Amino acid sequence: MKRRDFLKAAVGGATTLCTVGVAEARPNLEPTENAVGMLYDSTLCIGCKACVSKCKEVNDMPPTMEGDNTTWDSAHDLSGETLNVIKIYKDGTARVKDSVVDGFAFEKRSCMHCVDPGCVSACPCTAMRRDSLTGIVTHHADACIGCRNCMVACPYNVPQFEYNKLFGQIHKCQMCNQAGVERISKGGMTGCAEVCPTGATLFGTRKDLLAEAKRRMTLQAGEVYSYPRGNLSDPFHPHEKAVPHYRNHIWGEKEAGGTNVMHISSVPFDRLGMPPLEERSAASIAESVQHTIYNYMALPAIALAGLTFAVRRNTEDDDHEGGES
Amino acid sequence: MSGHKALNSRIITPPFLFLALILLIGGYFGVQRFMEGMGAVSNLNGGFSWGIWVVYDVVVGTAFACGGYALAFTVYVFNKGKYHPLVRPAVLASLLGYAMGGFGAFFDMGRFWQFYEIFLPWNWNFNSVMLEVGLCVAAYILILIIEFAPAFLERIGQKKLLKVLNKVLFLFIALGVLLPTMHQSSLGSLLIAMGHKVHPLWQTLHFQPLLAILTALTMGFSIVIFEASFSTVGFRRSSETDLLAGLGKVIVGLIAVFLAARLVILALQGKLGLIFTGDFASLMFLLELALFIIPLVILLSPQRRNRGGTLLIAAVCMLFAGSLYRFNAFLFTYDPGPGFSYFPSVPEIMITLGIIALELMVYLAVVKRLPVLHREEHA
Repeated sequence: MKRRDFLKAAVGGATTLCTVGVAEARPNLEPTENAVGMLYDSTLCIGCKACVSKCKEVNDMPPTMEGDNTTWDSAHDLSGETLNVIKIYKDGTARVKDSVVDGFAFEKRSCMHCVDPGCVSACPCTAMRRDSLTGIVTHHADACIGCRNCMVACPYNVPQFEYNKLFGQIHKCQMCNQAGVERISKGGMTGCAEVCPTGATLFGTRKDLLAEAKRRMTLQAGEVYSYPRGNLSDPFHPHEKAVPHYRNHIWGEKEAGGTNVMHISSVPFDRLGMPPLEERSAASIAESVQHTIYNYMALPAIALAGLTFAVRRNTEDDDHEGGES
Repeated sequence: MSGHKALNSRIITPPFLFLALILLIGGYFGVQRFMEGMGAVSNLNGGFSWGIWVVYDVVVGTAFACGGYALAFTVYVFNKGKYHPLVRPAVLASLLGYAMGGFGAFFDMGRFWQFYEIFLPWNWNFNSVMLEVGLCVAAYILILIIEFAPAFLERIGQKKLLKVLNKVLFLFIALGVLLPTMHQSSLGSLLIAMGHKVHPLWQTLHFQPLLAILTALTMGFSIVIFEASFSTVGFRRSSETDLLAGLGKVIVGLIAVFLAARLVILALQGKLGLIFTGDFASLMFLLELALFIIPLVILLSPQRRNRGGTLLIAAVCMLFAGSLYRFNAFLFTYDPGPGFSYFPSVPEIMITLGIIALELMVYLAVVKRLPVLHREEHA
C-alpha cells in the first residue's frame, strides 16, 4: 500500500533523526602547522604572580581585591577581570615544594587554547574562533549573545562572563593577540611569559615547546639545567637550576585533542585541579552526532516529506468523516 | 462549524489573582535583572553558568510543552482521529510553554541586546548544537502560532482566512512534528559537549539525542493527561478518562523503550556499577528510575488505566521522572570541578515562578475567551 509506505517513511525518517549512526565520526582536530603556545613548568613557578599583574596591565583590567587585602591582586580564580591566575596545591604541613605529601605546588590557570576547542564548537554565533595560523582561540563580543554555552563546553571553565555588569561580556585569555594588543602578530610574546622571572611560563611554537617539555622529562633529577626564560629562542639569560623529579606527563600533549598551552609538573595533575579528560575531544563527538543527523539537512528533508504526506492524508480523512482540522 | 467552544466564564478568579501576585513578585526581580545585570539577582557563577533559567525554563519547560507534539504524532501521523478533541488545548499549552521558554531564555541571555545575532546567517556555526536548538525553537514557536491561529480566526469570525489556512495547515502540522523532534533531541546533544562535567550515569554521548527525544515524548503524553484531568476538575467538565486511558497505553510502550534503552546504554558503556555506589548521583538515578517504573506498573493494568485518579498519578510521576532526568543531567549531578557550587537564589526562583504564573494566567484567559476546549457532547 502506497499510503502505508509513506507512513513508514515518515515515522522511519523521524526516528532516524534521533537514533544516531556513527558512520562519519570526525576525529579530533590537529594542531595548526605554526601553532603558538606556552609551556608552564609548575616546578619553576615560585608563586610571585608577576604574570597575573602583567596580564591585567596588558588587558587593561583592574586588580581583584578580596577580603581586607589592598596591597596586591588577590584573585582566587578566573573571572571577567582575571584572565590568568596562579593557584596553589597544599597537603598536610605544606613544607616541601613540589611534594605530593606535606608539600605545596603552584598551578597556573588560564586559557589552554585547545587544539580542538569546545567553546569554538559550541558557540552558535561563531563568537569563539580558532585562528587558522596561530591556533589561538579568540572571542568576538560583537557576535556574542551571552548564552554561555562556551563556558559549559570548556573543560577548564575558562571563558568567564561579567555577571555583575548589565552589559557584560565574555572574557578569556587571547594570548595577548586580540585587536589593539597583537603582541604575537608583532613578533612579541605573551605578557605572562615576558615577565616570568624563573621561566616557569615560556612562550614559543607548540612544536618547540613540546620538544622542550619532552627533553625535560628525560633529564636526571638533580643535574643542573639551563632553563630558558621568556622565549625559547632567547638564549641570553637562562635560569640555572637543579632538575626536579618530573612526572612523565605533558598535560596538553593529548588531553581532549591537546592544547597549545602545555603544563608539566612534579605533582599529579588531578591534584592540581585539572579535569579528568580522555584523548577524544567532546567537541569531536558532539559534532559527529550533529553532522550525522543534519548532514546536508537530508534526514530532516526526508522526514518532512514523509510527515507532510502522512499528515495530508490523515487530515483529508478527517474531512471525509465530517470532522475538522 | 467548529467542535470547540470558549468556556465564557469569569477570567478574574481567586486562583487567577494568586497567580498575578506571583507574577508581580517575579516581575519585580525581572526588572531588577534588566537594571543591574544577572549577578544582582542570580547565583550563577563561573562554573555553573547555566542554572534554573536554562535548565527549567528551557530544557525542562519545553518538554512540558510537548503535548502538542505528542498529540500531533498520534492524531496526524498515526491517524488516531479519536484523540482530536485533545489537540487544541494541547497546542495552546505547547504554544504558551514554548513562548515562555523563549521569554525565559531572554532573562538568561547575557547579551540580550544582541539576541538577533543568532538569526544572522553569516554568524551561524553549523557545528553548534546550540544553533540548532535556538533556531529550531524559534521556528517552532512560529509554527505553533499558526497551528493555534484557527481558534483565534474562529473567534473573530474570519471565515475566509480560516478556509485558506485549513487548506495549508497540513504543512505546518508536519513541521510541528519535525521541529520538536529536531530540537528536543538536540537538547540532549547539548550534554555531549559538556563532556566530563556531566556525570557518567547521564553522559551517554552518542545516545543523548535518543534519550532526550524519548523523555520529551513521555512528558508530552503525560502533560496531555495532566492538563485534561485538571480542566475536568477545574472547569467542572465531563471526564475524558476513556480517551486519556488510550494515551496511557502509548506511554507504557514509551516508558518500556526508554527504560530498556537507558539500561542497555549504561551496560554497553560499562557503567551499571555506578548505579549502586550509594553516592548522591546513584541515589538520584534510583529515584529517577523509580519515578519511571511506578507509572509503568500503574498503566500496565487496564483497570487502573481507566480510573482518572490513578491515571493522573501516573502522569504526574512521569512528568517528575522526565524532569528529574533532565535536571540530574544538567544541574543536580553536573560537576564543573572543585571550587564551584550552585543553588538558585530566591529572585532566580521567583522569576521562573513568575514566568510559569504568566503562562497559566494566559492559558486560563484564553480557554475562557477562545474556542479551545472541545464541546462537551463530543467529549
